[in-house]
Amino acid sequence: MYPSRFRYEAPSTVAEAVAMLAAADGEAKILAGGQSLIPMMKLRFAAPAMIVDINGIGGLDYHRSDPDGTYRIGALCRHADLEKSAALADAQPTIAAAAPVVADPLVRTRGTLVGSVCHADPQGDWASVMVSLEGAIVAQGPNGRRSIQVADLIDGPFQTVLAPDEIAVEAVIPAARGARAGGYLKLERRVGDFATVGVAVSVEMSGGSVARAGIGLTAVGPATINASDAAAALVGTALDSDAVDAAAQLAAEAAQPRSDHRGSADYKRHVVATFVRRIGAQIQRSEQEAA
Amino acid sequence: MSTLFEEVRPSDGGAGDAVPVRRVELTVNGERRAADVEPRLLLAHLLRNGFRLTGTHTGCDTTNCGACTVLYDGVPVKSCTMFAVQADGHEVLTVEGLATASELHPIQEGFKDEHGLQCGFCTPGMMLAAKALLEEKPNPSEDEIRWALSGNLCRCTGYQNIVKAVMWAAEKLGANVESDGADDAGDDAGGEG
Ligand SMILES: Cc1cc2nc3c(=O)[nH]c(=O)nc-3n(C[C@H](O)[C@H](O)[C@H](O)COP(=O)(O)OP(=O)(O)OC[C@H]3O[C@@H](n4cnc5c(N)ncnc54)[C@H](O)[C@@H]3O)c2cc1C
Ligand code: FES
Ligand code: FES
Repeated sequence: MYPSRFRYEAPSTVAEAVAMLAAADGEAKILAGGQSLIPMMKLRFAAPAMIVDINGIGGLDYHRSDPDGTYRIGALCRHADLEKSAALADAQPTIAAAAPVVADPLVRTRGTLVGSVCHADPQGDWASVMVSLEGAIVAQGPNGRRSIQVADLIDGPFQTVLAPDEIAVEAVIPAARGARAGGYLKLERRVGDFATVGVAVSVEMSGGSVARAGIGLTAVGPATINASDAAAALVGTALDSDAVDAAAQLAAEAAQPRSDHRGSADYKRHVVATFVRRIGAQIQRSEQEAA
Repeated sequence: MSTLFEEVRPSDGGAGDAVPVRRVELTVNGERRAADVEPRLLLAHLLRNGFRLTGTHTGCDTTNCGACTVLYDGVPVKSCTMFAVQADGHEVLTVEGLATASELHPIQEGFKDEHGLQCGFCTPGMMLAAKALLEEKPNPSEDEIRWALSGNLCRCTGYQNIVKAVMWAAEKLGANVESDGADDAGDDAGGEG
C-alpha cells in the first residue's frame, strides 16, 4: 500500500519547520514517530500534500525535570525512552505505568508521547495520562509559543485546537504539590492492542491526604475523558476505600462507552470503576510499604 | 549507485503533480548504498524491490505483524512504517547482514538448532528484534524475551521454540564473550559496519 504523493521536507530547526507549515497553507502534516500517520496515509485516510519530518530537529528527544519539579517531555521523546527510564517510576509514576502498555515494542521505538497527544485518538493512552496530570502542550507557531492544557487541546476524535502552522514542541507537567502517586491500567484483547478501556489516576499526597487528583479515561467516549468530578471526590481524603469507591462510581458515570465487539457499554463502565479501585488500592499499598 | 525511481515507482498513484525525487544515501549491512526515491517509497520496499534484499518480509503492511522488522541505527523498527527518505544518513541492518560469509550468526544458529521456525515468514523480523534485545540484555529471562518479541507475530510455531532459540543464542553469545571476545566483536562488525 502506498500513500498518495507528497513533498518531503526535513527541517533542522523548529522555526524552519513552522515556516514550512505556514507556507503550505494547511496542506502539510508533521511527521514525528509516524506510527499513526504513516498507516493512515497508506490507507489514504490521510493524504497531505507535504510532509514536514521533524525527526532531524536536534534537542527534542528529552524528558527531564526542572529544578522546581516541572516535568518536560520533548516532541521526539519516544514511548520506549519513557519505558526504559529507571528514574521515571518515582518522578512520574502514572507515565511509568503507561509507557510499557502503549502499542508494541516496535511501535514504541518510534512513536512519541507528544505525537500521540496531537493525534487525539480516543483510544490513545497518553492523552488520558496527561489529562490526569493536568499536563499541557507547548505549541510553537509563527507568532511564538503558547501553552494549551491537554484537556482543552483535544476537541473531538482525532481533532485538536492546534493551528495547521503550529508544532507541539513539548508536553509539560506542573510540579506536584506533594508526593506523586498514580497508575495506569489498560484492558486490551491481546498484548500490543489498543485499549478496550484505559484508566489513568494521578494523585499528589501531602500530610496523609490527597492535595490534587486527576483521572483520565481512554477508549470509553468520542474523545479522551477528563473525569474531573471523580477526581474531585478524592481531594482532601486519605484515599481510603470509601473515597476511592465514590470516585470509581463517578468515573464510571463520566464514561460514555459504546457497545461493540470489544464489550458492552455496561461492561466497559464496570471496568472503569474496577480500574479506579485497583489503582487506588495499589497506591494505598505502596504508601503503607513506604511508611 | 542504483537509480530506483523508475524501478520501484508504484504504479497505482494518480498521474498527479510531479514530486521531486530525493537522493538517499545509507549504510545497509555495512555497505554504503544510494538511491533516488519518491518520498512515499517505504523503507521496506527500498530494501526489497530496490536493493533486492528480500529477506525483509512484508506480512500485514498495516504495522501489526513485525515481519518487516529491521534495525535502524541499531533500533528495531517496522520498515513498512517508515519512508525510505528517513533512512538517509542512517544505518540499516537486515537479516542478510546477520551471517558472515562463513558463519551463521548465533541467533540464526539458535533458530536452526531449536526449530525456532516453521514456514519462516516471521523469522527475519524475529531474529532482528532478538538481536536488539540481546544487545541490551545479554541474559534475558523468558518473560523478557516474550515481552521484547511481542510486536512480532508468528502464525506457526506457538512461540515456544522461538523463545528457546533466543535463549540458545544468548548462551552462545555469552560463551563467545567469555572464551573469545575479540572474535565475537569481529563477527558483529561484519553485520553493522
Ligand atoms: C500496531 C499499533 C498499535 C498501537 N497501539 C497503541 C496503543 O495501544 N495505545 C496508543 O496510545 N497508541 C497506539 N498506537 C499509536 C502509537 O502510539 C503512535 O505512536 C502515536 O499515536 C502517534 O505518535 P507518533 O509520534 O507516531 O505520531 P505520528 O504518527 O508521526 O503523527 C500522528 C499525528 O500527530 C501529528 N503530530 C505528531 N507530532 C506532532 C507535533 N509535535 N506537533 C503537532 N502535530 C504533531 C501528526 O501530524 C499526525 O497528524 C499504535 C500504533 C500501531 C501502529
Ligand atoms: S509488514 Fe510491517 S508490520 Fe507487518
Ligand atoms: S514460522 Fe511461520 S509465521 Fe512464524
